[in-house]
Amino acid sequence: MSDQLDRFVAAAKAGKMTRRDFVARTTAMGLSAGLATALYSKAAHAQPKKGGLLRAGMQGGESTNSLDPALAASEVPFMINMTWGEMLVDVGPTGEIEYRIAEEISANSDATEWKFKIRQGVEYHNGKTVTAEDVVATMRRHTDEKSQSGALGIVQGITEMSAQGDMVTMKLASGSADFPYLMADYHLIIQPDGGVDNPTAGIGAGPYKVVVHEPGVRHGFEKFANHWNPEIGHADEVEILVINDGTARAAALQSGQVHMINRVDPKIAELLGRVPGVSVNAVAGRGHYVFIMHCDKAPFDNADLRMALKLGINRQEMVDKILGGLGSRGNDFPINGAYPLFDDSIPQRDYDAALAAEHYKKSGHDGSPIVLQVAAGAFPGAVEAAQLFQQSAQAAGIPLELKREPDDGYWSNVWNVAPFCASYWGGRPVQDQMYTTAYLSTAEWNDTKFRNAKFDELLIAARAELDGAKRKGMYSEMAHILRDEGGLILPMFNDFVEGVRAEVAGWEADPNGELMNGRALARCWLA
Amino acid sequence: MLVGLNVHPVIKLVVQRVALGLLLLLAVSAIIFLGVEALPGDTAQAILGQSATPQALANLRAEMGLDQPALTRYFGWLGGILTGDLGTSLTNKTDIATAIGQRLGNTLFLAFWAAIISVPLAILLGLVAARYQGRWPDKAISGVTLSTISLPEFVVGYLVLYFLAVKWQLFPSVAMVFPGMGMIERLNAVILPVIVLVLVVLAHMMRMTRAAILNVMQSAYIETAELKGLSPMAVIWRHAFPNAIAPVVNVVMLNLAYLVVGVVVVEVVFVYPGMGQYLVDHVTKRDLPVVQAVGLIFAAVYIGLNIMADVISILANPRLRHPK
Repeated sequence: MSDQLDRFVAAAKAGKMTRRDFVARTTAMGLSAGLATALYSKAAHAQPKKGGLLRAGMQGGESTNSLDPALAASEVPFMINMTWGEMLVDVGPTGEIEYRIAEEISANSDATEWKFKIRQGVEYHNGKTVTAEDVVATMRRHTDEKSQSGALGIVQGITEMSAQGDMVTMKLASGSADFPYLMADYHLIIQPDGGVDNPTAGIGAGPYKVVVHEPGVRHGFEKFANHWNPEIGHADEVEILVINDGTARAAALQSGQVHMINRVDPKIAELLGRVPGVSVNAVAGRGHYVFIMHCDKAPFDNADLRMALKLGINRQEMVDKILGGLGSRGNDFPINGAYPLFDDSIPQRDYDAALAAEHYKKSGHDGSPIVLQVAAGAFPGAVEAAQLFQQSAQAAGIPLELKREPDDGYWSNVWNVAPFCASYWGGRPVQDQMYTTAYLSTAEWNDTKFRNAKFDELLIAARAELDGAKRKGMYSEMAHILRDEGGLILPMFNDFVEGVRAEVAGWEADPNGELMNGRALARCWLA
Repeated sequence: MLVGLNVHPVIKLVVQRVALGLLLLLAVSAIIFLGVEALPGDTAQAILGQSATPQALANLRAEMGLDQPALTRYFGWLGGILTGDLGTSLTNKTDIATAIGQRLGNTLFLAFWAAIISVPLAILLGLVAARYQGRWPDKAISGVTLSTISLPEFVVGYLVLYFLAVKWQLFPSVAMVFPGMGMIERLNAVILPVIVLVLVVLAHMMRMTRAAILNVMQSAYIETAELKGLSPMAVIWRHAFPNAIAPVVNVVMLNLAYLVVGVVVVEVVFVYPGMGQYLVDHVTKRDLPVVQAVGLIFAAVYIGLNIMADVISILANPRLRHPK
């Protein structure tokens, strides 16, 4: 037993195990939960070493990027925001709310009015102090009609906000039990005066100050000495190098020019993991790759045809071949175990050519080719996945035809326009937000044109339901409806696959986003 | 226009070439503008990506002035360029001239070092190959350079990256340069891309030098030189090469232009912050002012280098230098 325990401790030290995994495994061995947690903290957070220059090599940066947190849309701006900024709250690795600028949150009984107590004495990089007025001004900027904020959809539901002393009050149009989770959105960085005068100043309250901003090339930061929380921000300097080419990124990690990289190609993950001094971490997240059918357009308005296609896709094969095993099978609804209140008793749908053929026959489809539009950029391996889909559907007698589209303009010309295409979703912190974004009848991005009154009703009711068990039941019922009637074919959830060098300590798996939900530079240190 | 004046015909030719070049540039500017206009998709959508709300889209479009007619925007842009104002980037609101200045500097730095190594090397190898035509030095030189040009440049890049940066760790794999970097540091950073570029452009210039020399070697005056008893290398250097300059210069200029405008793949592999990557990023985001500005600069480089090739060919031609 002690051998095994040593192994777990070593894994925790190397950052290869989450607190949850560690506690689960060690308590299964007979350790008390309290002891396990203490042991984990000791192993994983053994005296962070201060100093040094920590570097990340990342895909997803362009020379068009801006420092305005409202405009962040790709991986590098996301990571930048998380390095220099602080939001009201964060979502922790186990899905709990971590208090940042807010130190206390309370709601009224129907979750329509929320009060955030603002932490006192938090300082910005320019020496000013964070006030409740700044918080209101920030939210106002993101809710502004003229705003181009990526969080506009999230904060739209706020009807009224005000600051009294150190308290911020926000009133919502309708109750939302998940509202604090929405405040953890990475666009909603608290800026002096809300960043209204100069949104691209890069002045925030985060652990690092922006020193170099060369969009699409590199972003340099130095430690902010007066950061309110001494537990994060260990390296003296941190840097993000934009390396969009996968091979170049892996080479930079191998040669030690960077300490961590995002988006390791699943095809090389195993090989890269064998390189001395480098480990590859696969973290189960909420992101998923999808094929979406418009429920309101022929032939996809036929429930049997939709079911035939859902049964005609070989999920395990896709996980193995497209994700190199670094992911999990999807079940035609966008929620998995990484979400709170997930119902794991919903049966897994699998490839069944005979049943698919039966549904296809019942649909009475005339046998003309069903066109699936796909671009290489729809998700990594999208074209190959579509080809696998075509073959497995063929075996069930479903004539699937692929139409290649250019990456350029795919999101404006094909996605949400064509009746059947490939796409991806990054996931959201909570179920309500995911469903509200893409499956509510009236949602802008209802990219499957799914309209179901019962589903909408449950979604709205679950939002204001503060009883966890009841809420879980509602979400389970919604999952069933979407899985059986929706236009979503969800073959796989993709892991975040990341490469980290051995000298990096403090690594923790976080399902909320890649590179420890963007906090890797702020939370890791050079051992 | 210079007919009535008593000017040297070479100057007249040069002035004509430059004037034609400027006219061509104007035509190119119109074509670039039209081409960019014809791109499918929408700037606002491209900037905000999949996560765009209709309200945010509408706001962004209005702010960028995309609601004005194309002709108005073209002349506004042209006027700006003539006064040295390239405008502001639509996507990150930075001044285009400043951003391009730095990127162009990086691109020229890389092109300069690649050229300073590859051009003399290619010509030298071409002379040697011509001297030993059909013998082993000729075959070895042609064999090696033709294989490096036959491989796609990203393959050459990855090979160099694998051996020199990852396996033996001699040079950095990331060729990132930034302001404030020392010259030695900067040179160390760009070694790998320079090696790749040299390998890629060498063969073309080498083969052209060899072919041009061999062509001249058929002439009667070469036979005379040989009969005078000059050594073969002296014949090539003093008698054949001056008469082969025109075609060689043309190919050299084409390759120089390639080093400036065509190296985006090498930039990506080595993460070099040059113009190519900058242009691709902005095309993807439909950042029209930047795309137009970069397109125009590339066109100017191409036209400029070609004018230079013409001028050098003219100067190298005694019949044009000393008209009857």
